[in-house]
Amino acid sequence: MSQNKKKAVLAKILNRVARYKLSLSLSMLMAIITVICQLYVPVLIGRAIDYIIGKGQVDFSNVFVTLIRIAIVIIGVFISQWIMNMCNNRITYGVTKDLRDEAFDKIEKLPLKYIDGNSYGDIVSRVIADVDTFADGLLMGFTQFFTGVLTIVGTIIFMILIDARITALVVLLTPLSLICAWLIAKKSFNSFKRQSETRGEQTALIDESINGIKVLKSFGSEQKYIEEFDEINERLREYSLKAVFFSSLTNPSTRFVNSLVYAVVAISGGVLAINGGISVGELASFLSYANQYTKPFNEISGVITELQNAIVCAGRIFELIEETPEITDENNKDLTDIDGSVNLSQVEFSYTDDTKLITDFNLDVKKGQRIAIVGPTGCGKTTLINLLMRFYDVKGGSIKISGNDIRDIKRSALRSAFGMVLQETWLKSGTIRDNIIMAKEDASEEEIIEACKSSYSWGFIKKLPKGLDTEIGEDGGSLSAGQKQLLCITRIMLANPPMLILDEATSSIDTRTELKIQDAFAKLMEGKTSFIVAHRLSTIKNADVILVMKDGNIIEQGNHEELLKANGFYKTLYESQFIKATKGETC
Amino acid sequence: MKMILRYLEQLKKECVLAPLFKMLEAIFELFVPLVVSQIIDKGIANKDMAFIMKCSLMLIILAIIGLASSITAQYFSAKAAIGGATKMRHSLYEHILSLSFTDYDELGTSTLITRLTSDINQIQNGINLVLRLFLRSPFIVFGAMIMAFTIDFKEALVFVVTIPVLAVIVFGIMAITRPMYKEVQNKLDKVLLTTRENLTGVRVIRAFNKQKKENIRFKNENQDLNKLQRVVGRISGLMNPLTYIIVNGGIIALIYVGAFKVNSGDLTQGQVVALYNYMSQILVELIKLANLIITVTKALACASRVENVFNINSSMEFKKLSDKYDTKSDETKENVAKFELRHASLCYKGNSENSITDINLVANKGDMIGIIGGTGSGKTSVANLISRFYDATSGSVLIDGVNIKDIPRERLLSKVSVCMQKAVLFSGTVRENLTFGRTDISDETLERAINISQSKEFLSKKEGYLDYMINQGAKNLSGGQKQRLNIARAIAANPEILILDDCSSALDYATDAALRNAIVRDLSDVTTVIISQRAASLLNCNKIIVLDDGKVVGMGNHEELLKSCSIYKEIYDSQFSTNTDNKNGGVN
Repeated sequence: MSQNKKKAVLAKILNRVARYKLSLSLSMLMAIITVICQLYVPVLIGRAIDYIIGKGQVDFSNVFVTLIRIAIVIIGVFISQWIMNMCNNRITYGVTKDLRDEAFDKIEKLPLKYIDGNSYGDIVSRVIADVDTFADGLLMGFTQFFTGVLTIVGTIIFMILIDARITALVVLLTPLSLICAWLIAKKSFNSFKRQSETRGEQTALIDESINGIKVLKSFGSEQKYIEEFDEINERLREYSLKAVFFSSLTNPSTRFVNSLVYAVVAISGGVLAINGGISVGELASFLSYANQYTKPFNEISGVITELQNAIVCAGRIFELIEETPEITDENNKDLTDIDGSVNLSQVEFSYTDDTKLITDFNLDVKKGQRIAIVGPTGCGKTTLINLLMRFYDVKGGSIKISGNDIRDIKRSALRSAFGMVLQETWLKSGTIRDNIIMAKEDASEEEIIEACKSSYSWGFIKKLPKGLDTEIGEDGGSLSAGQKQLLCITRIMLANPPMLILDEATSSIDTRTELKIQDAFAKLMEGKTSFIVAHRLSTIKNADVILVMKDGNIIEQGNHEELLKANGFYKTLYESQFIKATKGETC
Repeated sequence: MKMILRYLEQLKKECVLAPLFKMLEAIFELFVPLVVSQIIDKGIANKDMAFIMKCSLMLIILAIIGLASSITAQYFSAKAAIGGATKMRHSLYEHILSLSFTDYDELGTSTLITRLTSDINQIQNGINLVLRLFLRSPFIVFGAMIMAFTIDFKEALVFVVTIPVLAVIVFGIMAITRPMYKEVQNKLDKVLLTTRENLTGVRVIRAFNKQKKENIRFKNENQDLNKLQRVVGRISGLMNPLTYIIVNGGIIALIYVGAFKVNSGDLTQGQVVALYNYMSQILVELIKLANLIITVTKALACASRVENVFNINSSMEFKKLSDKYDTKSDETKENVAKFELRHASLCYKGNSENSITDINLVANKGDMIGIIGGTGSGKTSVANLISRFYDATSGSVLIDGVNIKDIPRERLLSKVSVCMQKAVLFSGTVRENLTFGRTDISDETLERAINISQSKEFLSKKEGYLDYMINQGAKNLSGGQKQRLNIARAIAANPEILILDDCSSALDYATDAALRNAIVRDLSDVTTVIISQRAASLLNCNKIIVLDDGKVVGMGNHEELLKSCSIYKEIYDSQFSTNTDNKNGGVN
């Protein structure tokens, strides 16, 4: 990430944090109070010790006064630190929540182009994992970075107040520990890199062999894999040992430097004390400072890597949040009386700018007509669905529904005019009922059952333990592919829209269920304008218009007879897909 | 916990040495306040410069010894942690590979992968931290207390009170927040699910205009998560302030008691400073400990998950390969059926109903058996019994007249070969995929398998032929090519019984027919079981079994079934009615 981009991201983060101005200023105030109090405690303790010189030389009244002061100060630390922690929590979790809300708002408005073009896993990990990492970094940044810097500055000031000369020694020596940490990090970096590479190699092997474990076992090939695994495992052991050992040197080394500082303070402090430069109590406070002085340095260097990471994650979240949303449709018409006529004129479309997919496509569909879309697998039959549902916008020409350009209609109005059953069935987690009433929230129990019956799903639903209220897991959970498809049909049956988009593909369904689904489709289509991605010859032959697609392009259109006469691609397709099978199967 | 110890057994030396050197380091650290008190009481009080120098030198020597012992400890603990984790990973992998299909169904593969990777890594971190840091803290805490006792009994009592109070606070807060953190995780999972669903179902959600409703659902879940996070944060945010106030309260008590003791001459000023230093050391250690405990509890949770996998004994046992079996039953008896199912039923674990019930089937050498039926009718379950991927819940399965449970696994593998429905290939060369670890397969055998499976035509166009590299997930092959290599792999095993479980669905009709013809021609000795949804694929079979809802509803050859079995006729008609249409269409 470039420096400029980092700055931009940082500005955006601050912008989000700024919403919590009150908590933020309170947190900072409390941090200052905490640090000052914490640093003042050793001074007070040193003073108390100075009142306890030796046998018969104890100034009790002053000792008590000082002890009471210490008590007040530590109660101050307790309160201010707790308030600070709470403020930090409020800010961090608040920003986290805001970011997730923002990201989700954007997901609902993103053009399909973005969602189709990015893996779900990637988007989900931005919303979940990246936000979490960012929150961790932010929290650490607040609690440790700010207090760390304050502690260092405060310690130096307090030390100077006691004795400037020893302070100078301490300040000069501490960079040693930073240099140590840096050298070790540099040294262990290569080992870490090799470790993670080998780990990746091993994970790939594990992934492959566990996912294919049944095949592997059916051939008795376990030994081969165990051997390969062991070879990688042994290498991993070697690299891990190096990486872990080198990196674990950081702590002892910085502690050693710290001990050196401590010894130097002891010598110089002792010498000064003999000469009366400082008191014994002051020496004790000094030693206590020296002991804690390097700690914030180590923390800050940890926080810096953590923060770097957080900024990278925040960058990924902002990328998502700042994606251009779909064009707004607020001022569009809310079309209600849709009769089912569709007109496409001079439609032009392509997913990318450099390759033209559909050019000058014209089609006039009257109410109640059936349009079959045929073509080899992967010919882009979904493209037409994308355009009709306005998941994607045409690049030229227009699509009109009941005489209205779909770009002038509210998306919600357009989409509720269509009933869509896709080949890839999608059900949400929840009850069967939740899924069925998606299209008609206020449907009565009778209506629901009626829809289930006429789409042949009632048979299996009533057998489920809780009927309509049976919970199904993510993506249909335990339902079979056929049952899921029937539910998707039921959903549309209940909605009863004037137009349909159906994907007939039933490859994962056995023939007997398929017959039922076929019947359900037929019932659904009665009197409706329907666009069908057709696989069955009967559907194709009965269609009013057949659109023949190839490589994303609509290359022919007409009815069955016309297209056969035209002697083009449809004829070849027809012969290869249907006639050949006939010959083969009867031989 | 026990399991971890088992893997550290051979690393006893490291496991003892690491904490030992840590203890040494801690002891030297504990000497430091003593030296300092000497500086104050003798050096400064007597204005003895040389003594202060000597003491400071002592401090440096202590630091060097501390550094040396600490580095040694780090080395041994890294060695122990990584050595243990490496062994654990190996054993777990081996163990997972030894489980049965039922076990895999129950566990799910993604769980197994996380156990092997991130869980064991967490355990490794845990062991490492425990060895080098977790033990250091008690050393320092209790060491400081003991040192206090050597200085003054009454002062040491302050430590005796402070330490348990600190322990109660640290562990108490952890005990309270741990279940809450789990709940936070659950709530986060919900947020994740909603996000995922809104991506996978984006078309449906938008088609039904459910964006607003989904948005409200998400915001509520997110709000829930946020609330709980803040509650947990409020409690765990108490940890640092509380420990701070208690340790410093202890220091106040130390100085208070110390004031009287010094006044009466029982204690010196330097000793009070030393006691104060000991108390401060405890605070520093406690903060470290608190951070550590999170890592350690995580590691323990991972360890128990790994242990759960270790505790699963394979639900299927095989007879050992013994001579007795070899001589008695390995020669093929002509009069005995090649395989036979007798009243066999199979109910998968966790299911309430049988997947297949009371199946009877006899196949002789060289027979070609077809199994047909709708999805979920139990076709694959029959194959699962013949290959002993699963054991029959009732009834029995015999191969060459021997109960399948009495056949050693090695024998069974060489007799039965299955080509599964889902084509799975591994990254590596074609040869590696076909031989699959079996070293005794010659190139001629491979060549034959490639020919029969109709792979020759596309494979000869691939660079390197048998040495063509297949990448992960076999993304450089088409669906049909994958299926053909899958079939080739099963044939290359040279089995006596070959099961093809609906594994040619992606092949076009002509190739599928050529495949079946090649099997009839070249594998006439092999008893073949062909499972399919297409009636046409089973036309060569001399016996076809029709399954419906796990039961045999028809058995016989094609003609017989057309007459006697209504379900078979239904399936056949549904597939061939298209053809009648076609013929008409073709004439047009």
